[in-house]
Amino acid sequence: MGQQHDAYFVPARSTWPFVAAVVMFITVFGAAHWLNAEPGDAGFGKTVLTVGVIGVLGMFFGWFRSVINESLGGNYNHQVDTSFRMGMMWFIFSEVMFFGAFFGALFYIRMFSVPWLGGHGHGVLTHEFLWSDYTAAWGANGGNGPEQAGGAFRTVPAWGLPLLNTLILLTSSVTVTIAHHALRAGHRGRILLFLGLTVLLGATFLYFQAHEYMEAYKELNLTLHSGVYGSTFFLLTGFHGLHVTLGTIMLAVIWLRVLKGHFNKEHHFGFEAVAWYWHFVDVVWLGLFMFVYIL
Amino acid sequence: MSYAATHDQHDDHHGAPKSFFQRWCMSTNHKDIGTLYLIFSLTMFFIGGSFAMLIRAELFKPGMQLMQPYFFNQLTTMHALVMIFGAIMPAFVGLGNWMIPLMVGAPDMALPRMNNLSFWILPFAFLLMLSTLFLPGGGPAGGWTMYPPLSLQSDSLAYVVFAIHLMGISSIMGAINIIATILNMRAPGMDLLKMPVFVWSWLITAFLLIAVMPVLAGAVTMLLTDKYFGTNFFNPGGGGDPVLYQHIFWFFGHPEVYIMILPAFGIISEIVPTFARKPIFGYKAMVFAIACIAFLSFIVWAHHMFAVGLPLGAEIFFMYATMLISVPTGVKVFNWVATMWGGSMTFETPMLFALAFIILFTIGGFSGLMLALVPADFQYHDTYFVVAHFHYVLVTGALFAIIAAAYYWLPKWTGNMYSEFWGKVHFWNSVIWVNVLFFPQHFLGLAGMPRRIPDYNVAFANFNMISSIGGFLFGATQLIFVGVVIHCAFFSKKKATDRVWEGAKGLEWTVPSPAPHHTFEVPPVINDDELAHGHVND
Repeated sequence: MGQQHDAYFVPARSTWPFVAAVVMFITVFGAAHWLNAEPGDAGFGKTVLTVGVIGVLGMFFGWFRSVINESLGGNYNHQVDTSFRMGMMWFIFSEVMFFGAFFGALFYIRMFSVPWLGGHGHGVLTHEFLWSDYTAAWGANGGNGPEQAGGAFRTVPAWGLPLLNTLILLTSSVTVTIAHHALRAGHRGRILLFLGLTVLLGATFLYFQAHEYMEAYKELNLTLHSGVYGSTFFLLTGFHGLHVTLGTIMLAVIWLRVLKGHFNKEHHFGFEAVAWYWHFVDVVWLGLFMFVYIL
Repeated sequence: MSYAATHDQHDDHHGAPKSFFQRWCMSTNHKDIGTLYLIFSLTMFFIGGSFAMLIRAELFKPGMQLMQPYFFNQLTTMHALVMIFGAIMPAFVGLGNWMIPLMVGAPDMALPRMNNLSFWILPFAFLLMLSTLFLPGGGPAGGWTMYPPLSLQSDSLAYVVFAIHLMGISSIMGAINIIATILNMRAPGMDLLKMPVFVWSWLITAFLLIAVMPVLAGAVTMLLTDKYFGTNFFNPGGGGDPVLYQHIFWFFGHPEVYIMILPAFGIISEIVPTFARKPIFGYKAMVFAIACIAFLSFIVWAHHMFAVGLPLGAEIFFMYATMLISVPTGVKVFNWVATMWGGSMTFETPMLFALAFIILFTIGGFSGLMLALVPADFQYHDTYFVVAHFHYVLVTGALFAIIAAAYYWLPKWTGNMYSEFWGKVHFWNSVIWVNVLFFPQHFLGLAGMPRRIPDYNVAFANFNMISSIGGFLFGATQLIFVGVVIHCAFFSKKKATDRVWEGAKGLEWTVPSPAPHHTFEVPPVINDDELAHGHVND
């Protein structure tokens, strides 16, 4: 855990934070322009957005490279390690709260707004005056609201691809744990094997989810416009998919770092942070599988 | 907690770098970043303040005076967004950045580069948001709460939503940094229950920030997809509900108002003991009261929505839960008073602002209690009574605490004493004109004048004119503050001692004034008698 000296560690100055702020600004500025552009006039916003995204990727690459070099240089002591751990834990907590907003919306819509529109309890007058022929229901029979927003649709059955994806993610949680144990035992071959398997499982999950989306759009007519069912379905699974994508990329980077021999038995916070993130993504999926697909 | 420490790797142990860009844009120094936050906050305070001046000018007389109603709506919306996210919150983060490492004996924040990123996101976020005022279609005009469907009509929605995303990222990173600093960087012997109350208040505030900023991000993301991608979260025709937005927004919004007041409580709890020359009364009760208020903030959000047509059971629950908050808040006010009881008090400018805080914030608390009553709120909702209430807690509450903190710590930051005479001129003008500005708004609200309107019934003319006069003079008074700060930083001949204030206790007063670029590179030895609360054993 580093040598005991008489002073704390404060990192040297860096341009990366300032660069990060600039490229984040370019990204959202481009995105906002693009969203507001007249049809057929999206070129400027798109270009700025692309520049911004490339900048963000470059920034992550550069910033992480300098952090990794400092870490390999043995600059980070036990206290810095603890700060990193706390940072990652609270970051994951903030992600939990982000998903909480969308789960909260789902619960509110299913428990209150859709039943009220159907004339239950509190919202009876809205029902009476505006949509007296609407019967509250979730899924294909009314999940797109009294005006049938997006037209008739069918839902994705839980026991097909979603079940398979559940099994894939659960397995990947096991493989990443095996890789962690292998890391602590110092079995390099086994780490690479099981971490590689985890990356492949993540990629497979994403492939199946893309397949599911295409099927939803082409065959089930379940789209982003399918009333509030489509809204909650695609935003919840979409944001989750985005997190799986990030997690898979992070795992792949860690795999390369293992290959380069960046970690040892005691010193592998980068690995652990990504593993925590992966478990978090897994747990969110279980919530999705339960409340979006099964119930 | 870890005491392990490794040698400092960077090349400049002593003194700040010479190059402007290196010092301010590449900083990993909590004092420089704190200064950046404070300067940014003061700038935003005057931008938001100029919006307020235009609002009061339009409301000076009945009838339309200066501007189109739509521009007036942009002003009220932008005034709130700039003041909340640009002035008050960054000011507290700046104070936390400057003072928390000094107060707990840490060399810097736990994650100094992330600290720099947290700051630099903000100017860009506000550039994005303020730029909408100059774009075709204008800025956001649906109120800072951005209720759909009104907010969805604005062309600037995407810009505002992305600006809020950026501010949220900045706040979350800042909060993570503060938690890691407090939990991981304290000097050996600085136990949790020996920390200054200001540090405690920021620890709890940081938790609130991490818990609710992502929820705001979720809410505005749903606005974005509803407007641009055809989702139906807030459209009843598609099974959604605009009230859903209000629930999610206020689940963020209510903790948010405590994010803006808990650090103020911490500041007052530092200043009052110093100038009463007594340790704070009921240290642990003060800490637990902050924690209680933070907990309650999560279960009271619907009191902002009493008039929206909630089920009766929900109205009753949220009414009583809201009233419960007055218990821990009362504990705090009584403990501040008890701290002063029998103390040998002096009335320097920070203490004057702190005393004004205690009295005027309490008025804001009482009007809040009135608003918490469901049947009464049906009358007060969306009137100037609400405006008066939240300006008493935010201007004479949060802002006065920030100004008090600035006067209190300026000598430590700059090494010079500010001008006590001009400080007092600033104080007396502020405290008089702020009451002339906001107190009549209670009467206007009770008489039925609605908020967010550019024109009003002639019956409201007199109080509005009084309020506007108070507003102009309060605004002008704040220029004195800028003068005092500039004089103190660059021209004052009167050097500050290390201790600065006779009764001041705590680690921040053991370092020289001005605080050197790097402090506590070697963990300080904690002497309990030196700590603000080290000898408290209740």
